[in-house]
Amino acid sequence: MSLPPFQAFLDAQRETVFRYLVAMIGPDDAEDVFQETFISAMRAYPRLKPDSNLRAWALTIANRKAIDAIRARKRRALPVEDVPEVAVNDGHPVEQGDVWTAARDLPPSQREALLYRFAADLPYSDVAAVLGTSEEAARQRVSEGIRHLRKAMA
Amino acid sequence: MTNIEKDLALRLPPDASRVLAERFAARAEDEGLVDIAYTVEDSPVGPLLLAATKRGLVELGFEGQKELDFYLERLSRGVSPRILEAPARLDPVRRELDEYFEGRRTRFDVPLDWSLSKGFTQRILRATAKVPYGEVSTYRQMAAKAGNERAVRAAGNALGANPIPIVVPCHRILRTGGSLGGYGGGPERKEFLLRLEGAL
Repeated sequence: MSLPPFQAFLDAQRETVFRYLVAMIGPDDAEDVFQETFISAMRAYPRLKPDSNLRAWALTIANRKAIDAIRARKRRALPVEDVPEVAVNDGHPVEQGDVWTAARDLPPSQREALLYRFAADLPYSDVAAVLGTSEEAARQRVSEGIRHLRKAMA
Repeated sequence: MTNIEKDLALRLPPDASRVLAERFAARAEDEGLVDIAYTVEDSPVGPLLLAATKRGLVELGFEGQKELDFYLERLSRGVSPRILEAPARLDPVRRELDEYFEGRRTRFDVPLDWSLSKGFTQRILRATAKVPYGEVSTYRQMAAKAGNERAVRAAGNALGANPIPIVVPCHRILRTGGSLGGYGGGPERKEFLLRLEGAL
């Protein structure tokens, strides 16, 4: 077994990574962080074990790069203005930012599970792989997250 | 699905990530991260996969003959998995191929990367690269040039596995006695190329 050509990896993961980033940091920063994510992935790619879960690996890098971007944004921000940490919605092209803005107040483990399940649109088996938990635990986190959100938005 | 779940599902423009991926490929090439750049180009003998390392043209594949994935996976295993569709690097090869198919070029000048062949096979292919336009030779003569004139069958196998056909002109190598012999890209393509060069 060998690694797929990087182009195949990019084609298979680009949509998931982009969706995840849009929900995590908003559509504008998502474009830059998308580039950082795949540049970083390409540097490390030849050393990756061929049997790795490529989707989980790509999302782990995307998550790390998104956190870097949030930190950088905080450094740039004026002190009078508290910059929200996640899911800033500029109204375009995403039109349902309210719920993702509300999601930033969830416990991080629940928010993360919602990001993978609904923003990245992953099946529960992949959500579990990225979180490093069982599928059952992944389902539980998602349903707790939804319950919390519903309460917060009521 | 609850309303919250509906709201959580992002609706994004359908080709947004494809556009970003193309932008990424150009940037990766600028940063020197692309070990192998490839493109697919139309030609009179059907679509051709062209792939180049930083050293030179490493693979030319007849897409009608085998799937694109076959060629890319061979490169991933044999050379490097850092492969991207980045057409600009192939521009000189494309230009020379255009000129060749228009009958305005009788020799290729682009640098070659021999990474996909080894040992006797590579010696056969290097000898083949010296057979001039419009001329033909035989498997036996190639075997002799590679240092073993009795290895005629091995010479045939080496030519059949040529990773850079057309540019390394294995179509110019015929059976002793003059019949066309086999061709990795199929006998019709071999005949087409020999007619183009006026050798038939």
